[in-house]
Amino acid sequence: MAQTVINNTCSALVIGGSAGSLDVLLEVFPALKAEIDFPIVLVTHRKSGSDSLLTDLLKGRTSLNVHEVEEKQEMLPANVYIAPADYHLLIEQNHTFSLDYSEKINYSRPSIDVTFQSAAEVFKSELVCILLSGSNADGVEGLKIVNKHGGMVVIQNPSTALMPYMPQQAVNIVKPHLVLHSYEMADFINALNKKN
Amino acid sequence: MIGDSIDNEQVELLLNDVLEVYGYDFLEYSHASIKRRISRLFGLDNFVSFAEFRYTVKSDKKYFKRFLEEITVNVTEMFRDPSFYKALRKDVLPALGTYPFIRIWVAGCSTGEEAYSLAILLKELNLLNKSLIYATDINPSVLEKAKKGMFPINYLKGYSENYIQSGGVKDFSSYYTANYTLAKFDENLSSKMIFSTHNLVSDRSFNEFQLILCRNVLIYFDKDLQHKVFQLFDNSLENLGYLALGSKESLDFWPNAKGYKRIKTEKIWRKL
Repeated sequence: MAQTVINNTCSALVIGGSAGSLDVLLEVFPALKAEIDFPIVLVTHRKSGSDSLLTDLLKGRTSLNVHEVEEKQEMLPANVYIAPADYHLLIEQNHTFSLDYSEKINYSRPSIDVTFQSAAEVFKSELVCILLSGSNADGVEGLKIVNKHGGMVVIQNPSTALMPYMPQQAVNIVKPHLVLHSYEMADFINALNKKN
Repeated sequence: MIGDSIDNEQVELLLNDVLEVYGYDFLEYSHASIKRRISRLFGLDNFVSFAEFRYTVKSDKKYFKRFLEEITVNVTEMFRDPSFYKALRKDVLPALGTYPFIRIWVAGCSTGEEAYSLAILLKELNLLNKSLIYATDINPSVLEKAKKGMFPINYLKGYSENYIQSGGVKDFSSYYTANYTLAKFDENLSSKMIFSTHNLVSDRSFNEFQLILCRNVLIYFDKDLQHKVFQLFDNSLENLGYLALGSKESLDFWPNAKGYKRIKTEKIWRKL
């Protein structure tokens, strides 16, 4: 897909991934600039209990502050917030996080759909969402809602995703603004800006 | 997954109705969460319009029972977060064992899985006979289930694994009888439980306890309401008593937290 002009203001970036997304994160995060002026939220499927492993992995590889979300924590620019294992992650109108231990969605908790939807209702057209590799369809419904609110939808190119099912479902069902290879993502994120 | 068919103002209208008609106050619940629960129920029950939904909630008492059950989160499990139960077994309950009588409050007990887990620990420490577990919830229908002590049998494998990880060494299946789809837990365990409705938002302290468990309830409350509930717990806790919260909840930002000392790495605080 041709590089389109990015004219969306970005007040928050939410990245969702499942099986096969860890490699992408480990490729993208070291290349992110420290002066990014929006918060980044990360929702990935993983086993409950293996809690802070991803947080520790990313901490050593980026100049951004990485947190595993505590409930009611405030979202700040240039910070990375990771959804804790076994809780859904919601965003309040005042840009704080709420955690929720309700039923699994798409066999997943945290569910990517839940956070995409919640972020879309708060940030509307100033939201950018990226869906990465994975082997179930979590995230697709959420991206529809992001689209509806005028947010920007970016999907990892299924042809180079380790697990193409999730991004392929999304490409089939949701009209993405961009489909990117993992090696294009850091540049894309670095070019996003809060005040355009 | 349901679209955002209910907007913020509609949530507000509905919650105001519920307060006015039924006396349940959800206005200080975390907004994103309660909105999601309401939208989910609206979609599940196929209402044609918000007006119809609102009217039904307001005027149909039977439907309100369902509303209450569905907008509160009642997902729980036995021995959830095994390391937490290990700390109860190793540190907290032995300290309480020196008292002649142990009073425990499980606030927001839902269908009772935590109360039964606690009773099993007390039994293994030979403390159950001198203990009383007060298990309360806002929701009368989950308490009915909790009283029965019957849990879906397909969850028991996971519970048994949790139990072993928490330091349990007995045969977990010795605590229940399996029949078809349900496991019925020993009545010996529930004989030491008192079930009652209690609304953390509006009801007061009703006793003094040495241990209060309130796990994954406060995540649904906003900051102000959390602080009110901490005050309620403080009023209900003896000196040197323990307060146990969920794995992502914290006493830290409560102004009176300095009167409490955290136990190791678990979300357990001791009142000084």
